[in-house]
Amino acid sequence: MALPDALVSDLKRMIAQAEHPREAAVDVMYALQRHYGYLCDEAMHYASTLLGMTTLELESLATFYDYLYRRPVGHYVIHVCDSVVCWMFHQDSIFDYLCRTLGVPPGGTTDDGLFTVLPSACIGNCHNAPTMLINGRFYNKLTPERIDAVLRELRETTEEPVRCK
Amino acid sequence: MQVDAPQVLFKNRHLGRPATFDEYRAGGGYEALYATIGKRTPEEVLDIVLASDLRGRGGAGFPAGRKWQGIPAGYVGPRYVVVNTDEMEPGTFKDRVLVNVDPHLVIEGILLCAYAVSATLGVCFIRPSYESDAVLLERETQVAREKGLLGKNILGTDFSFDIHVHRSAGRYICGEASAQIKAISGLRPNPRKGGPRTSVKGLWDCPTIVNNLETLANLPGIVRNGADWFKSLARTPGSAGTKLFSVSGRIAKPDCYELPMGIPLREILFEHAGGMPPGRTIKAVIPGGASTPFMPERLLDLPMDFDSMKKAGQRLGTASIMVFDQNTCLVGATLNLIEFFTRESCGWCTPCREGLPYVRHLLRLIESGEGREEHIGMIRDMAKVMQSAYCAFAPGAAEPILSLLTHFEAEVREHLHQHKCPFGNPPPALHGKACGTRPIAFGPTPCPEDQCPI
Repeated sequence: MALPDALVSDLKRMIAQAEHPREAAVDVMYALQRHYGYLCDEAMHYASTLLGMTTLELESLATFYDYLYRRPVGHYVIHVCDSVVCWMFHQDSIFDYLCRTLGVPPGGTTDDGLFTVLPSACIGNCHNAPTMLINGRFYNKLTPERIDAVLRELRETTEEPVRCK
Repeated sequence: MQVDAPQVLFKNRHLGRPATFDEYRAGGGYEALYATIGKRTPEEVLDIVLASDLRGRGGAGFPAGRKWQGIPAGYVGPRYVVVNTDEMEPGTFKDRVLVNVDPHLVIEGILLCAYAVSATLGVCFIRPSYESDAVLLERETQVAREKGLLGKNILGTDFSFDIHVHRSAGRYICGEASAQIKAISGLRPNPRKGGPRTSVKGLWDCPTIVNNLETLANLPGIVRNGADWFKSLARTPGSAGTKLFSVSGRIAKPDCYELPMGIPLREILFEHAGGMPPGRTIKAVIPGGASTPFMPERLLDLPMDFDSMKKAGQRLGTASIMVFDQNTCLVGATLNLIEFFTRESCGWCTPCREGLPYVRHLLRLIESGEGREEHIGMIRDMAKVMQSAYCAFAPGAAEPILSLLTHFEAEVREHLHQHKCPFGNPPPALHGKACGTRPIAFGPTPCPEDQCPI
């Protein structure tokens, strides 16, 4: 599947602006991840070609970082903070409630491809514990009722992402 | 939020949103820059910072000016300033709050550092969960560019400097300076050991100053008001400036507070953060983020500055205070911290890669009531072995373990005697979180199929 011209020119501009092409490696992978929904093999191939890096070099980054997804994930990736302050506020119950509500195991994705639930290292929102991060947005002082409302809101505002074949 | 203490970094916090360029200027913002560029030499700025005793706010407390002096004299070529906004230490959120209060204070601080070390480019390294901060900084650096404060020939002088926002993809080790430089370079961010310091050979093998964001945000005040003014802000002799204290956990008013360096911990908690919630008493505090030791309640009168804490065998770290009450199991809390460190270890060296999972296993046994007397000694030995790891990651992880055994050994032993968690915590799963009914496609520690309980 060829990449859209606009995306290719964006990626090339990103690389050209960097002091060295490999400095843009994470940005390029982020952009391809947004396009495909996750970093499929095709995305890694394109990133390698554009950046002039080997797929092995890129693999060593994609499999190391928490926010690059080398396997399919849902449209909304729910990073549930499980660091010590959130844990103190019954984060385990929050995490279990999310998994039970969505019918997925930890790390699993719902059948409709909307949600993936992941435990996450501290997301820097400790004064609002327990907390989670979904596609860049913080959700504070979680309770089962609040989680239900958030999931309902997200279900109502979804666009279909492009998927790897 | 009203705080009865001089507000330097949080002067504009009352707005409840990021201060705009005009609001920052109206309060004297960029005056330090105007008084510096083309009017002072870089050496003069460095002397002011050295005299101010400004120490790094990212955890280590190394004097900022001395770090800058590490750049080889007469070096010709690009020099960089890397602004460390990785802030992944559990309990820490001060830099996120600061960026969202006053982005131009941060930008001016970066500019002053860049001028002092003759840097050509600044890189703000930002963690993925702070995407809104990255967007904010990109927007406000563009404003500064349009005002002629960033880019070529700033204020009509031959000083040219720009700031680029670099998004991380998220790993705790990226907060370590040499790992951060590798991350920016598109390499796997394992820390570097030995060899020249980053101030000699950093980004693209050029001299690079890696400073925490809060450290740099202190510079406009120091340059504008002088070293003595900065020292006068602190509560204890020998320390300087104010400090951002992230306060969280079982406390009435969790928040980020700007208070004098050296203020006693008890005063922070009970006079500013509202004390304990009704019906709760304080049992322990972690004073400076996850890689600092547990402190029992009797040590709360310690002044919160680098030297006083060190003298007492504690660490100020990032001054991110986490409060644990009488109902919180400290074995469970330590297990949680070690789960974090185990997951975030980069795996480069054996004491960290192998030591952390082993300690985690022993803590899981104790927390689930299956612990034995010898496990305590084994944990202590393993924590000591971890001190000899490749970088500061594993020694940091060892701090809460060793302090648990130093100050709260009785609580650990209670788990052994009762054969369960005395606080009623359910036994932790010995192989990570339980499996669901389907194979895990992605995530932490998938269970081997033959061990799946379902």
